Amino acid sequence: MATTLAATNHVAVADLKGKVDPDWCPGCGDFGVLAAVQKALVELQIPNHNVVTISGIGCSSNFPGFINTYGMHTLHGRALAVATGVKLANHDLTVLVTGGDGDGFGIGGNHFVHSMRRNVDLLYIVMDNQIYGLTTGQTSPTSRVGMKTKSMPFGNIEAPVNPISLALAAGATFVARGFSAEQKHLTELIKQGIQHKGFSFLDVFSPCVTYNHDNTYQWFRPRVKKLEDDTGYDSADWMAAMGKSLLWDTEIPIGKFFERTDVPTLHGAEPVLDAGPLAHADMRIPGDVTRSFVEELM
Amino acid sequence: MKQTFAIGIGGAAGQGVATPGDIFAKIFSRRGLHLNAYNAYQSIIRGGHTFLTIRTGPEKVTNLGDRVDLLIPLNQDAMDRHLRLLTAGAACLYNSDTIKPGVAAEGAQLCPLPVSKLADITRNKVAQNTIALGAGLSMMGVGFQALEEVLAEQFKRKGEAVVSENIGIARVGYEYATANFRPFAWPLPMTGNRSAVLSGNTAMAMGGAAAGVKFYCAYPMSPSTGVLHWMAAHARRAGIMVRQVEDEIGVVNMAIGAAHAGVRSMCATSGGGFALMSEGLGLSAMMETPVVVIDCQRAGPSTGVPTKTEQGDLWQMLGAAFGDYPRALAAPLDIGDCFKVISEIFNIADRFQCPGIVLCDLLLSEGRLSVDPKDLDFDPVIDRGELITNASSVSGANDDGKYKRYKITESGVSPRAIPGVPGHTHTAASDEHDEDGVLISDEFTNPTKRRVMMEKRMRKVAGIEAAVPPPVLWGPHDADVTLIGWGSTKGVIEEACEILTEQGILANQLQIRWLVPLHGDAILDILKDARHTFIVENNYSGQFARYLRSETSFVPNGYIRKYDGEPFMPHHIVEAVKEQLSGKTKLSVPAHEILV
Ligand SMILES: Cc1ncc(C[n+]2csc(CCOP(=O)(O)OP(=O)(O)O)c2C)c(N)n1
Ligand code: SF4
Ligand SMILES: [Mg+2]
Repeated sequence: MATTLAATNHVAVADLKGKVDPDWCPGCGDFGVLAAVQKALVELQIPNHNVVTISGIGCSSNFPGFINTYGMHTLHGRALAVATGVKLANHDLTVLVTGGDGDGFGIGGNHFVHSMRRNVDLLYIVMDNQIYGLTTGQTSPTSRVGMKTKSMPFGNIEAPVNPISLALAAGATFVARGFSAEQKHLTELIKQGIQHKGFSFLDVFSPCVTYNHDNTYQWFRPRVKKLEDDTGYDSADWMAAMGKSLLWDTEIPIGKFFERTDVPTLHGAEPVLDAGPLAHADMRIPGDVTRSFVEELM
Repeated sequence: MKQTFAIGIGGAAGQGVATPGDIFAKIFSRRGLHLNAYNAYQSIIRGGHTFLTIRTGPEKVTNLGDRVDLLIPLNQDAMDRHLRLLTAGAACLYNSDTIKPGVAAEGAQLCPLPVSKLADITRNKVAQNTIALGAGLSMMGVGFQALEEVLAEQFKRKGEAVVSENIGIARVGYEYATANFRPFAWPLPMTGNRSAVLSGNTAMAMGGAAAGVKFYCAYPMSPSTGVLHWMAAHARRAGIMVRQVEDEIGVVNMAIGAAHAGVRSMCATSGGGFALMSEGLGLSAMMETPVVVIDCQRAGPSTGVPTKTEQGDLWQMLGAAFGDYPRALAAPLDIGDCFKVISEIFNIADRFQCPGIVLCDLLLSEGRLSVDPKDLDFDPVIDRGELITNASSVSGANDDGKYKRYKITESGVSPRAIPGVPGHTHTAASDEHDEDGVLISDEFTNPTKRRVMMEKRMRKVAGIEAAVPPPVLWGPHDADVTLIGWGSTKGVIEEACEILTEQGILANQLQIRWLVPLHGDAILDILKDARHTFIVENNYSGQFARYLRSETSFVPNGYIRKYDGEPFMPHHIVEAVKEQLSGKTKLSVPAHEILV
C-alpha cells in the first residue's frame, strides 16, 4: 500500500479519533488494532482526508466509525471489492480495509483470493478472533476443529482455513500476522503494510473476550514468536514463508512472513491511469476520439 | 405501409451466417437505407441452428416485420425449417449441390445455385455464401460495385489474391442470377442518408462513455457481454477503467466503490447476475452513492434460455434488495434510445444519489439498428448534482459549521463529498446512520433518528418523479384500440398499430419508458378515454400489467403475451387484437412461426 508523506499540517492521534468511541466489549482485541492503526498513520504523517478506511460487517467491521478518516462501512464480505473500486477511481488515496475472519474468509472469500492475485494496492487488516462476534458467537472459518460454539454445540468438525498460507498461495505480495496485545510490533507491521506497493495482508489475532474462550490472550501469549527475532529468517523466501505459515499450537509465528516488491500494482499496470486519478479526470472524451467511435459503425 | 425488404439467412453456428449478414447490412446502410437486424441463435459455438433476419427500407425500420423476401438457407435444415415462411413475391437462393428444396408457396421463386459448377469449392469453403450474396444483390437491383467495395474491405488483410478470388466468385453468382432468376418487384432504392449501424449493447456502452463513465466492470453473461466487449476495446482511447471481476457481487460493489470515490460508474449483467447484485443496490441506496446497473433480460428463470429474449425481470428490478429506497428504472425503447437513456439515468442517479437501473433485453442488446450519427451525441447534459470535489466547492456544512454527509434537507439530497477533500471526512455506512454518518443501528438505535433518515431518503422519490417526464400517447386520440407496452416492444407495437389502422381498426400506443417513477396518474389520465386497451409484453405472467394494476388499479380489456424466447412480430399483435375484439379471449399467446 503506497502512500505520499504529508508536507503540511501535523497529524496527531487526536485528529484520528472518530465521531464516537468504540462500542466494543471491554477487553476486545479490536481496541488494540484501532490504536495501532492510529499510531501508524501518525508516524507516517498521512493526512486523514487522504485515507479511506473500508470495512464489511461485524464487530471488527465497525472500525471505520471509530477513526477519523474517510470511511465506508459496506456489506458483509464486500469490503475488498468496494475498496478495489475506490483505489482504481482515485489511486492517490491510501486505502485501508478492516474486518473480521467471517467477513473476509467466509462470505468474502472469493474477493479475498482475487484481490490478492490482482495486487490491489491496499492494506487489508483482518481482526481474526476465530469466531463470529457480532452475531453472538458462531463458528468461523478460522475456528479450530473441536471448538464448541452456539452453531456447533458438539464441536466444529470442519478444518479451519490457514489465512497466511492462503494469502501466500493467492499471490499476496505482503503477508504478515500481528497480535493485538503486541502494540509496537503491530504498529510497525501496519506501517510496513501501508508503505508496501501492492496488496498487504495483515492477519491480527484480536481475541473476542465474550464469545471465544479457547483463543484467549492467555492462550496466544506463550505461543506467539516474532519472526523478526529469528535472524536467519528471510521474508523474501516464499517457500520459507509457506513453511512458517504451517506452524500452529505450540509455536505460532507473528511478524512479516513475506514481501516481494517486483509485482506491478493493479493501478500501476493499467495505462488508463497514467494521466492521474480518474476521480479528477475530464469527463468528456476528445471529439476526434468520439468521432472515430462513430465512424467504426458506418 | 412503409416499403421494406427482409432477408433471412439460416444455417448452423460456425457456417458463416454472420459474414453475409454483415455485408448485406453494410451495403444497405451505404445506400442510405435503414435497417433492423436480429439473430435468433442458440447457446452453442458450433452447430445448432441460427437464423439472421435483416430488414431494410428507405424509412426507419422499427422491427423485424412479418415477411421474409429473400431466404438464404445455408444447409438442408434451414431450408426445411424456413421455406414455408415465403409467400408470393419472395425468393429462396440455395446451393442445389447439397440442398433439396421443398415445395414453395404459389408465386415464391426457388433459385437453385449450382455452386460447384460456378466456383472451385475445394479452394473456397464459403463459396456458396459469396455466390448467394452476389445473386441476391443482383435480384434486388443493387449494382455489383457496392459488393465489390465491401468485399475488398472485408478481405483486405488477407491480401490481393484473396480479394480478387472472392470478388470473382461473387461476380459469377451475380451474373448467374441476372441470367436465370426473376428480379424482385421492388428494386432497393438509394437515399442520401448516412447512418451508423450498432447493437443495443454497443449503444449502451457508448452512451456510458458519452455520459462520462470512467469506471466499468462486469462478469460475462449473455446477453450483456457486448457492453463489456465495447468498453474493453475502447477503454484506453476513452480513458475508462474497465475490469472483469470474479462475480457479479464483486462487480456491483466495485462499481459502488469507484462511484463513491467520485467517478461515474456503470456495470451490466443479465437476470442471474442481477440477482447477485441485489444486496449491492441496497448499499448504493443506503450510502447514497449513485451507480448505474444495466440488466439485459434473457428468458428465465435460473440459467433459463441464455440466447433468447424476454421481459421477465421487471419484478426482480422492482423488488431488488430489501427495504424501501429511492431508485430509478428505465427501459429503453429502441437501440438509439439505449444510447440516450444512459446519460439521462446518470443525471438522475447523481442528482438523487441513488441507484439507476436500465432494463434492457436481448432483442435490443444483440439486435442491430441503423441510427442517425447525430443521435449519438457525445456531448449530452451532465448533471452531477450536489457533489463536493474540493474544499472550496459547496461545503455542505450545517449551522454548526461542520460537514454532515447525510444532512437533513427538504429535497432529501445531502451534498456528497468525495474522499480526498479536506474537512469533510465522514463514514458512509450500510447500517442506518444519523446525519453525521454515525451508526444508529447497533447499540444506539434510536427510533426518532431512524424515522427522520428514512423520510429524508424517501423524499428524493418526489424529486425523481418531477425530474422524469410522464409517458405520452402516440397516434390518434380517438382510436378504437390502445396498445400498451414497455421498453423494447415499441417498434413492433408501432407497426401493429399501422397495420390495424390500415385494416380499419384505428389504433394508438402508450409505450412506457420510465418504470420507476411510473407516473401512474398521468397514465390513468391518458387511458381514461381509451376504448379497448391491451397490454403487450414478452413474459408469462403479465409483469407490467400486474405492476400497473398495483400502482393505479387500472385493468385493461386484454393481454397479449409471448414467452417462447422470440420477439413479437407485428402480425402476432394484429391477430391477437382482432381475436380479442371479437370476444374470443382476454389473453392471447401468439405462436412463433420461425422455428429456431
Ligand atoms: C449477507 C449477510 N449475512 C449475514 C449477516 C450477519 N452477520 C453480521 S456480522 C457476521 C459475522 C461476523 O463475523 P466476523 O466477520 O468474524 O466479525 P466479528 O464480529 O467476529 O468481528 C454475520 C454473519 C450480514 N450482515 N449480512
Ligand atoms: S463480541 Fe467479541 S469481537 Fe465483538 S466486541 Fe465483544 S469481544 Fe469484541
Ligand atoms: Mg470474527
